[in-house]
Amino acid sequence: MTTHGKKGLRRRFAAAYPSWFYLPAAVIFGVLFLFPTFASLFFSLTRWTLFQYSFIGLANFRQFFSEPFLVWGLVNTLIYAVVTSGSKVVLGMLLGILLTSNVMARGLLRAVVFFPVLVSTIGVGITFTMLMHPTNGLINDVIAAFGLKGPAWLTDPRFALLSVAFVDVWKGVGLATVIYIAGIVSIPAEYYEAAKMDGANALQRFWNVTLPLARPATVTVIILSLIGGLRSFDLIWAMTKGGPGFTTDVVASVIYKQYQAGFYGLSTTGNVVLFVLVAAIVVPLSFVLNRKEVEA
Amino acid sequence: MAYTISRHYLAAAAAGCALALSFAASAQAEVKLAFLVDNAPATVKAAEALAAAFHARNPDITIEVEARAAGGEGDNIVKTRLATGEMTDVFMYNAGSLFHALNPQQNMLDLTDEPYQSDIMDTFKAVVSENDRIYGAPFQTAMGGGVLYNRKIYAELGLEVPKTWAEFMKNNEAIKAKGGVAPVIQTFRDTWTSQLFVLGDFYNVLQAVPDFPEKYTANQIKYATTPAALRGFEHQAEVFNAGYLNEDFGSASYDDGLRMVSKGEGAHYPMLTFAIGNLFENYRDDIDNVGFFALPGDDAATNGLTAWMANGIYGYAQTEYPDEVKKFIAFVAGKEGCDTQTEAVGAIGPYMTKSCTLPDDVPPATKDLVAYFAEGGRNAPALEFLSPVKGPALEQITVEIGSGIRSPLDGAKLYDEDVRKQALQLGLPGWE
Repeated sequence: MTTHGKKGLRRRFAAAYPSWFYLPAAVIFGVLFLFPTFASLFFSLTRWTLFQYSFIGLANFRQFFSEPFLVWGLVNTLIYAVVTSGSKVVLGMLLGILLTSNVMARGLLRAVVFFPVLVSTIGVGITFTMLMHPTNGLINDVIAAFGLKGPAWLTDPRFALLSVAFVDVWKGVGLATVIYIAGIVSIPAEYYEAAKMDGANALQRFWNVTLPLARPATVTVIILSLIGGLRSFDLIWAMTKGGPGFTTDVVASVIYKQYQAGFYGLSTTGNVVLFVLVAAIVVPLSFVLNRKEVEA
Repeated sequence: MAYTISRHYLAAAAAGCALALSFAASAQAEVKLAFLVDNAPATVKAAEALAAAFHARNPDITIEVEARAAGGEGDNIVKTRLATGEMTDVFMYNAGSLFHALNPQQNMLDLTDEPYQSDIMDTFKAVVSENDRIYGAPFQTAMGGGVLYNRKIYAELGLEVPKTWAEFMKNNEAIKAKGGVAPVIQTFRDTWTSQLFVLGDFYNVLQAVPDFPEKYTANQIKYATTPAALRGFEHQAEVFNAGYLNEDFGSASYDDGLRMVSKGEGAHYPMLTFAIGNLFENYRDDIDNVGFFALPGDDAATNGLTAWMANGIYGYAQTEYPDEVKKFIAFVAGKEGCDTQTEAVGAIGPYMTKSCTLPDDVPPATKDLVAYFAEGGRNAPALEFLSPVKGPALEQITVEIGSGIRSPLDGAKLYDEDVRKQALQLGLPGWE
């Protein structure tokens, strides 16, 4: 009797469409998502040449974690993710406030800030590689006009990663800004009026009204840019290929180079590790950020 | 235990594309063969000239040249296309260790019984063979790994071609003292160009340790603990520490390097001699300024060249037209093929076909190179033709050593670690 009751309950919830209606999506999901996921879990346990494979248990994981460049890659990945994500939050918030004010040509300025988001990442990477060339790039030419000598932005190990992160921020801040604009516009004007009545100055209004009420936007920007930063690859590959040497390697570029070298099992292992890493950082973070939002 | 994945499953996975391709192919009345080559300008030009010349002699067969990336990216494309059953009918690829990684017995047409094989040099046949069967024929010429140098600068300063590393460094000092010219050109934007000090020094390693390749393959000898083998890494650090490099060494590209050495902005560019083809293409007016010498070792008496074999041209095992493919390969490997290539891209180096000759008016760098292969010249194959063990991260390691980020000993140790993965992947004994 109880089972019958449960069944009836489920049917009542699930019966929006007949079962066959779900079939196409289920097939696509199974073939394109479920199967590759389990296949990659399997191949991460093998030594695989594409032509044949042999099962080697956890040896790939041992090898992957003993890669000399992997520790660098992990550290770089975290630095890169935190720097780009943090900069996008701060700059996106400031630009969002500017572009929701009564500034001249507001629509045009919003479009201009968003424009880099639309440009191809590889194109941006190649362009900035030219601009950052140590001897005949535009950036160092400008610095030279002031009588100073600019550094080798992309080939000096001290600057290379931050140079790429800077370009990433330039390219991605437009999206953060748009999210903030939406968040700030949705704050009712009454709050500001009330704060003004109470004698709050501009900084206090920002701190006590805009910042807390734009929290959903902040959460979205942090999560999106952190995920983007953790799995970043295209821009780094276009600009430095992980170089000079291994100094700008991130986890994704280490994996790519293993794939390139024909270590297919090992690189699959790397992808499994990256998946776990991203999940381990982002899931708890999103949980914490969203819970605070509810409490506030 | 190794399991072989059925090609049919892989083919099924890529069914859409495969179907589309086979329909397109079967719809043609005359035979069309696709020929996959790397995208170096000289290679594409040579391949297109061969395709045109072959079509002129065989109007019913059309060869379509398809270009792919070179280097690691190219390895990837070739391996993936073979694994998914989408390889072109004919393709160009390295001989030696990279050739063995393609599983030739499963993927390539057997060319052992082709009539032209008697005209091919044995040294080449050895590096495109597996289990006594031959799977490739030579495409392009043999190469040397050494130093391209600017002859004008040498003449101006009265310098002589160095026979030892000490002489080489003395020349660098003289060039630096003159000023305005970089003694040594490095181009780390294209990371592969950074490996010559190590890979091109192998002739000298072999003089000191003749059984290095066998022991190396068997995991019994290491770069870091063999002084002669470590020398190449040390040389790379020496030129950096002495301040001999061009200012933009970190950002310069391969093409920048060729410009610098041919126009006299730099004096020495460690490089493979296939670059002569790119010089012929892009800097033809200055090609006579460029000469070539082998990377010198410690002893002038044993001075000689680290040699690279020609690339191979291979037939895909699953081609629909094996006879036409073999016909085209025979054309490429024969004398007509050599002459067609020389006409298209210039005389870059010695051909691996015995009946092929070079014209008299070759560029000076080619003349210098050929001398190492002629009577009385000394050369030995590069390590990649004697051992299948080659680590994928060498180019990053040599960039670090050449930029002063890592010490040579540290780099050699890291490289010894790196090759282990390749050895395991190939299932070589003695590495588990």
